[in-house]
Amino acid sequence: MKSLIVNNVSKSYKRKSALKDISFEVEKGELFGVIGPDGAGKSTLFRIMTTLILADKGEVKIEGYDVVKDYKKIRNIVGYMPGRFSLYQDLTVRENIEFFAAVFNTTVEENYHLVKDIYSQIEPFEKRKAGALSGGMKQKLALSCALIHKPEVLFLDEPTTGVDPISRKEFWNMLKNLQEKGITIIVSTPYMDEATLCNRIALINEGEFMDINTPQELIRKFPKKLYSLNSDNLLNLMNILREDPNVETSFSFGHSIHVTLNDETKHNGYQEIEPSIEDYFMRLSKPQN
Amino acid sequence: MKKLFPFIKKEFLHVLRDTWTMMIILVLPVVMMLLFGYAVTNEIRDTNIGVLDLSKDNISASIIERVQQSEYFTLKHNYNSYHEIEPSFRKSEVGLVVVFDEDFSNNLLHKGKAELQIVADATDPNTAKTLVNYISSIAAQSLMELNKNNPKPMQITPELKLLYNPLMKSSYNFVPAVMGFIVILICTMMTSITIVREKERGTIEMLLVSPTKPIMIIISKLSPFFVVSIINIITIFLVSYFIMNVPVLGNIFVIGGVSLIFLLVALSLGLLFSTIAHSQLEALLYSGMIFLMPTTLLSGMLFPIESMPLFLQAIAQAMPAKWFIDAMRKLMIMGVDAKYVLKEVLVLTFMAITFMTISLKLFKKRL
Amino acid sequence: MDKAIVVNNLTKRFGNFTAVDNISFEVEKGEVFGFLGANGAGKTTAMRMLCGLVKPTLGEATVAGFDIRRQSEKIKKNIGYMSQKFALYEDLKVWENIKLFAGIYGIKRKEIIPKTNELLAELGFESERNTYVKELPLGWRQKLAFSVAIFHEPKVLFLDEPTGGVDPITRRQFWEMIAQTAERGITVFVTTHYMDEAEYCNRVSIMVDGKIEALDTPRALKERFNSNSIDDIFYQLARKAQRQAD
Repeated sequence: MKSLIVNNVSKSYKRKSALKDISFEVEKGELFGVIGPDGAGKSTLFRIMTTLILADKGEVKIEGYDVVKDYKKIRNIVGYMPGRFSLYQDLTVRENIEFFAAVFNTTVEENYHLVKDIYSQIEPFEKRKAGALSGGMKQKLALSCALIHKPEVLFLDEPTTGVDPISRKEFWNMLKNLQEKGITIIVSTPYMDEATLCNRIALINEGEFMDINTPQELIRKFPKKLYSLNSDNLLNLMNILREDPNVETSFSFGHSIHVTLNDETKHNGYQEIEPSIEDYFMRLSKPQN
Repeated sequence: MKKLFPFIKKEFLHVLRDTWTMMIILVLPVVMMLLFGYAVTNEIRDTNIGVLDLSKDNISASIIERVQQSEYFTLKHNYNSYHEIEPSFRKSEVGLVVVFDEDFSNNLLHKGKAELQIVADATDPNTAKTLVNYISSIAAQSLMELNKNNPKPMQITPELKLLYNPLMKSSYNFVPAVMGFIVILICTMMTSITIVREKERGTIEMLLVSPTKPIMIIISKLSPFFVVSIINIITIFLVSYFIMNVPVLGNIFVIGGVSLIFLLVALSLGLLFSTIAHSQLEALLYSGMIFLMPTTLLSGMLFPIESMPLFLQAIAQAMPAKWFIDAMRKLMIMGVDAKYVLKEVLVLTFMAITFMTISLKLFKKRL
Repeated sequence: MDKAIVVNNLTKRFGNFTAVDNISFEVEKGEVFGFLGANGAGKTTAMRMLCGLVKPTLGEATVAGFDIRRQSEKIKKNIGYMSQKFALYEDLKVWENIKLFAGIYGIKRKEIIPKTNELLAELGFESERNTYVKELPLGWRQKLAFSVAIFHEPKVLFLDEPTGGVDPITRRQFWEMIAQTAERGITVFVTTHYMDEAEYCNRVSIMVDGKIEALDTPRALKERFNSNSIDDIFYQLARKAQRQAD
């Protein structure tokens, strides 16, 4: 059974095209990642899927319901965490979660088991105003509020943007736990390293899906051998590599430079490594200038 | 509908937590009432007056002397003919002229009754009326003296001639006007930013992606301002009745009822602005500039509608505050029965329903 | 003067909350200095003190040779600042933004036009001169903001999460711009949540609960913590954090 079916969805704002012919499916209970930089069209796609805006073309079905015709049904079964913090800053933690429970005709007590792992971490601060929480805590509260009505499908639009690496790791652990409870999760992120935590991912750039598959399969599809080079002076090394006609691409990765060669027989004993999603993403995307 | 309560609770929390706004909302009506009230009814001293004494005898002379002695008046001009009066007003040399006609003493002594003509600049009707009252009482005092040694009581009827504003509305006119103004200011302006604020802060996304019905959002959004405005109206009544001694002649329940209907009009208008605006600033421009300004100028708050050019009079009919102020003046100051304000009530009810329906229709189910 | 930033026992308290707790470090001229820390570790407060926006409770520091307590106006003239949140005015055109910031930093009228042309040529943005900033892709915007931040040749450049959400290719181009800037002798003080970017810095500090827990070259840190990535070291240190605040 498919939880989500997206079929040839396109959307433009004025003359600018935001999404071009997007199609994909998500299985029930799957953790699906939409990965790409800011401005790639992730939020537009999420808003179409959550019935907030209408696509120009194409159709979206969630649990068999159409986002246009059956939007009222869909609004009962999805949970949504928008890209920017969308809780009431002047209400306390408790007031926020109670309100969102009431919005869905339920109570905090009724579905407490679902949010317990997450909410218990912010429970000591229940009387604090949501606006006075730290980034990580806001994120936990927002997730609790999106979950409190026991949604079947959960949409998280860039939940980890601007959050430090520790909180990000925690957050992904929470998502894994939710997945075990049978909730289908669709999440977007600009951080390529988070890709491997999803069952399947779509790489999105400039409004287009460049590829969809499991992270492992995408890495396997990397068409070239990838070499890693080190130097104390990376800038210098980079300049040398750019002059080298045999070097096809060269991208810095922390303390090393990842290189692909035109003629792989002349690899000069470079160290071969396994590509990452980021390598694959850059391979697929056209440089901006 | 059990869902409605948490929504209303949330809206009240928003309003109550915003302490500063709350203070302004509650204190503003009082400040405005006092400002309007005292700016208008403050005691008047040292008004320049002129006298045209055609009677020229003891009685007129004694009255003029008393007037001169009074702290309220300074005698600036002694005219010799009627023709001199008008130019003197034009040059703002005097604010009031007392005229004793040729037969004044004669009438008084023989008929026991005479007319004293008082000409006043009524561009400010309140001042004019106060001045006229002073003059009348001074004249009455002079007569009392005369009557002491006269067996036949004599009487002076002041004959009032008002320039520039012959209708001379009551000095209490400003109370309904301030009420109308404050309700529009607070209800319409405050409501106009509530839904937009959720749009701006992104919280509307969370509400839209939920089974919440627009009507729930709308009713809950209106409720705190409805309550606050009722408090405001009551405050205005208390201030005007107890502090400023404005009479409330009509039935208090009818007055309350009409005020409630007007509140609904103001709220639904605010709602309408909130549903069309994209930002709080835009909403404030709609309610503050595009709406509040014509309301102030055209609803009869400041200027009488009868003296406006026809096309402005036509626009004035569309101002909700016009109907409210009309009804209130009739009810509070003239003390008429409910049936005389039926037309106003009907118009206001129609407006409330129309604006409410349009906002519901325009409320977007999506972003 | 070889030290671009000298920090001595700097502390900032808000009430009884110590946001920055007695930190000391030095940054060399022309160095790229990575300033890492979890949300709420005190990075932002420390950065604001160094920019002369917030007065420290205790301790002292100089930036570009100027005292942060007494010479904050001089500091502001000698630093550049760019953050992810605020970079350029989106409703102004590209050239209007450049002109505006040039004016703010007191660049002479005569110099503005040739310098603007030069900047646009370097970025390959000549065709975008009249484009509204909001219409530029995010990556371009950040590159432009960076160029504007160094337009007045500051001595020290502060970058607050400059690459957040930027696509991977542009992110790399951005770091090359940082490296080139440092080669020109401009000191770069940068925060980031991308741990691989920490590797591009000459030295990295990791802040936990208001204190600097580690400060060294990426290589030395990895040796000391016996780890092969900064990400891992960061995780080891920041996990111990006690407090939760922004």
